[in-house]
Amino acid sequence: MSAAAKSVWLHGGVITLLFALQFVLPAYHHGNLARIMVLAVYAMGYNMLFGYTGLLSLGHALFFAAGMYGLGLTIAFLDFAPSPALLSGIISALIVSAVVGFLALRTTGVAFMIVTLMFAQAGFLTILLFGEYTRGDEGFVIQQPERVLAGIDLTTPGNRYFAALILFSVCLIITARVVQTPFGKVLIAIRENEDRARMLGYDVLRHKLIAVIISGTMSGAAGAAYALLFGYVGASFAAVQYSIFPLLWVLLGGAGTTIGPLVGTIFMFYLIDLSSGLTSAYMLIAGVTLVLLTLFARQGLVGELRKRALPWLP
Amino acid sequence: MDLGPYLLLASLEGAVAAAVLALTAVGLSLVFGVMRVVNVAHGEFFMLGAVLAWWFASLVAGHPAFGFVLALICAPLIAAVIAAAADYFVLKRLNYDPEATIVATIGLLYIIQQTVLMTYGPDARPVEAPFNARIYLPWFGYSTYKFFVIGAAIVLLIGVWIMLTKTRIGLVLRASQLDSEMALAFGIKVDQVYAMVFGLGAGLAAMAAVLVVPIQQAHYLMGGDPLLLSFIVVIIGGLGSIAGTVVAAILIGMSDGIISVFFSPTLAKIIATLLVAFVLIFRPTGLFGKRSI
Repeated sequence: MSAAAKSVWLHGGVITLLFALQFVLPAYHHGNLARIMVLAVYAMGYNMLFGYTGLLSLGHALFFAAGMYGLGLTIAFLDFAPSPALLSGIISALIVSAVVGFLALRTTGVAFMIVTLMFAQAGFLTILLFGEYTRGDEGFVIQQPERVLAGIDLTTPGNRYFAALILFSVCLIITARVVQTPFGKVLIAIRENEDRARMLGYDVLRHKLIAVIISGTMSGAAGAAYALLFGYVGASFAAVQYSIFPLLWVLLGGAGTTIGPLVGTIFMFYLIDLSSGLTSAYMLIAGVTLVLLTLFARQGLVGELRKRALPWLP
Repeated sequence: MDLGPYLLLASLEGAVAAAVLALTAVGLSLVFGVMRVVNVAHGEFFMLGAVLAWWFASLVAGHPAFGFVLALICAPLIAAVIAAAADYFVLKRLNYDPEATIVATIGLLYIIQQTVLMTYGPDARPVEAPFNARIYLPWFGYSTYKFFVIGAAIVLLIGVWIMLTKTRIGLVLRASQLDSEMALAFGIKVDQVYAMVFGLGAGLAAMAAVLVVPIQQAHYLMGGDPLLLSFIVVIIGGLGSIAGTVVAAILIGMSDGIISVFFSPTLAKIIATLLVAFVLIFRPTGLFGKRSI
């Protein structure tokens, strides 16, 4: 079987499995999986930059929040209907990621990490500064009538799951497709050896900028969808933690693999879910996992699987 | 109050802030300068110092000075040992790869912070100052303890300076900083030096926190602000330059008190974070530095 055919079977299989699961899962896990799929979109966005282009950002919460507030604020103050609001969320993330990418890509390595971290922190603080409109840490709720997208009520669990699945599938297919195009191959070349990619005549900066924009826009789409599906917009989604989470999910699942982000998000979500029953200090689990992953399993779960058993995994 | 006394009060408060900040930032700068490691968990070692100070103070009955002296000696030592262990068990095994060490120190940040949350709890707790006499200036009274903080920080910084320039430890340290492979070839145990530097950096942050905790309460989330401010100071002062760090700490610490009179604290922080970002983008060596990050 060719690589492209295997890719179609793999991603088709994952989507079919997620589709089938909604009929068998109990209500609690059904709700969780809808949330996980939206968060996995965020992780896939992050993976596009970190996993495939090799740029480690510590500020993706800014893009997630740009999507979330781009949708939430237009609904709350401009009385947008859900579909233009969703579009406004995605466009906000696109603009923010273009600006951040344009500035931050002048730096590399550690400086890039710190610059993205600082931009995200400035964004978070800006949300707090305009607390009069954003309601700051407390956040605000998007009411049920404002969450009916094209006649479909997204507050019912079934519809919500289905909407999350559609968004997830679209983003999975985009990722799987992009990494097989020549453009995606150049990104991987930049990750592996930036100087050589430049020597071969590729415009490295332009490719990186487009990668930041794709990554940020996908993250923003996840943020907007999260607000729409779960009805809440709050500053905690813009805080440092939400920049660390996608890094954690992608590292755990496997950076530079198409299904790694989903796998990592599922594992981490349930790890934190289980431990939060035991202690309020659930971020301890995140910290320990980060350290252990950097020490012992840089490839993550799917990455290890690819290295040991299934070398064809995209 | 007239403007004159008001400015005097603001500069006194600024001097205290600058003293504490200089100690904390020199710790971060030392670690970056020698090891090329950006220690994101630096603020948590600061917090650890404060929380340990509260713990030691609560152990000792009698005059608060006994508890304080005990804390001043033991809290930085414990923080240093924890940091050295983190270096030995984690950072060394990552071969000090810059990106991996940042991710690992983020992990370390959450491990320390959340462990403190589980054991010490979410409350902010005060530590009593060892002495509390006030000096009465013509316009306002001022705590002598704050003068002690400034004096102690100056003494400690001079101590670090002498250690770096006059002692054999300092020589070994500077040798490892200039060329770690060559130092290794000359028989310097570079990994021990690194563990020591990481411990020293954390110890300085913890020391600063012990000094400040009678003024500011101990809380498990108190590490964020010192981390941000230290970052700013280290980046503006020139990466890895100790003298530049101290100058920048005095500048930032003094102006912070005055700036916060004119801007809301949130706006001041936004300006600070953007300043760090733009300095790194447009002057990657830091404002007064020679080496880039």
